[in-house]
Amino acid sequence: MKITREQVEHVARLARLELSDAEKELFTGQLDGILAYVDKLNELDTSGIVPTAHAVPMENAFREDVVTASLGVERALANAPDRSESFFRVPKVIE
Amino acid sequence: MKYQAVIGLEVHVQLLTNTKIFCGCSTRFGAEPNSQTCPVCLGLPGALPVLNRRVVEFAVRAGLATNCAIAPRSIFARKNYFYPDLPKGYQISQYELAICSAGHLDIDVDGETKRIGITRIHMEEDAGKLVHLDTMEAGEKSYVDLNRACTPLLEVVSEPDLRSADEAVAYLKKLHQIVVYLGICDGNMEEGSFRCDANVSLMPVGAGEFGTRAELKNINSFRFVKQAIEYEIERQAEILDDGGKVVQETRLFDPATGTTRSMRGKEEAHDYRYFPDPDLVPLVVSDDWIAEIRGTLPELPDAKKARYTGEFGLPEYDAEVLSASRDIADYFDACVALYPQAKPVSNWVMGEVLRALKEDNRAVADCPVTPRLLTEMLRLVEQGTISGKIAKTVFDEMYKTGKEPAGIVEEKGLVQVSDSGAIEQIIDEVLVANPDNVEQYRGGKEKLFGFFVGQVMKASRGKANPALVNELLLKKLKG
Repeated sequence: MKITREQVEHVARLARLELSDAEKELFTGQLDGILAYVDKLNELDTSGIVPTAHAVPMENAFREDVVTASLGVERALANAPDRSESFFRVPKVIE
Repeated sequence: MKYQAVIGLEVHVQLLTNTKIFCGCSTRFGAEPNSQTCPVCLGLPGALPVLNRRVVEFAVRAGLATNCAIAPRSIFARKNYFYPDLPKGYQISQYELAICSAGHLDIDVDGETKRIGITRIHMEEDAGKLVHLDTMEAGEKSYVDLNRACTPLLEVVSEPDLRSADEAVAYLKKLHQIVVYLGICDGNMEEGSFRCDANVSLMPVGAGEFGTRAELKNINSFRFVKQAIEYEIERQAEILDDGGKVVQETRLFDPATGTTRSMRGKEEAHDYRYFPDPDLVPLVVSDDWIAEIRGTLPELPDAKKARYTGEFGLPEYDAEVLSASRDIADYFDACVALYPQAKPVSNWVMGEVLRALKEDNRAVADCPVTPRLLTEMLRLVEQGTISGKIAKTVFDEMYKTGKEPAGIVEEKGLVQVSDSGAIEQIIDEVLVANPDNVEQYRGGKEKLFGFFVGQVMKASRGKANPALVNELLLKKLKG
């Protein structure tokens, strides 16, 4: 086994996901299968090959530093679950 | 002190671009909350970031100015965590391949130069701003303004080469001066354009291994950096003295008390699961591009200082004051280009010019006495048209009105009197009016000479040529 149940619980907590016992069991097995599959890559010698950061063979997509129109406050806040004046309103964050 | 402090700084430099790092929203400070947002910086599904070319130029400028190697190829990574000021649930940053690395800055502390390593400089986006207003529903809620989200930052990470709060402040000031000189940051610490986190640990003097460090946050002035680090050194020393262990943690500096306090609770989130951002293609900076950017670098403070003391022969103090900010240095350089006598120019810039601007709270670039006006006035002094004393009057008038110095001299009748006949006449009048003093002087009280000079200058309303007054007065009194 590559993946432990504790690792699944840790990753779920970091992603703020609440999983049932059955789901934890299921995902542990599935993630383990995926990792075992990807592990096949280790059969190849990849030393001296630059890690792939991007699947598309492209580089340097730039924009110029020119201001374009913003959405405007009303449209920016249109889908907000809660707002107050021009702010998004969220549960109190403790600093 | 039995302990040696070991300090490293992480500085966030907000870049002076017109737009955000990955979208075209304005970065202007102080706008209505959420008015400068779009699908990209709001983190709406499907929106794609596109890199602002100017951010790369600014990062390379910073790297070159701090002696860094510029990576020919670098990539962006996602730093994953949840916080209400981070709408996407990740911050786009650089992780494995930063654009600049392995640089250094030289700082001067107590007359000694010390080299401080710069581990790396990388580009990243800022988060939004959380507002906690007591007036709004008594602290039940927090308020989110995403105008700042996606604002371009450079993070400059130093090596743990600093050994005291004073060294940390010297390093920070130097870095601040450089980014402002480069024109890539406005340097406004109160508005958060230049912010600093400090990693502080202690080890027994002579030990080879660093102790456990605390990370200090929220330090937004040079004074606070000194206070926060000094407090932290003392706090850790007390723990170690009592046989305790320093806990690795993030601590918040409180400017009101000058102390730091633990921010436990954010600790668990320190698993950021970085991975390359699939929305952004790799960044390749060619040698040609680097050369082009190098060509746009201004002369930096250290080079200016060296030129002022070397080529111009100015004292160390003058060079320091004149190179302290780019505005002052540019003004001074413009003056010397018009009137190549560095010392008189330096005296006037450091004296009258800076004094007047300070009283007026005005920027150097807005000085009504332009380099051309100042140097024309200096020429009038050199030619003997006006005395150094009258020059101050002319300067004040130029500062108030922006008029030409020659015009002011004529209009106000300030031309220096160098006609010996006219001066002799004034001297005679003064001597006649003060017979007692003349007698005392001739009786040996020679320090009264100054009194006579003063009287003659006063009678001429400051216009008499002082050298001539001295010469003629001496002749008359002795004669």
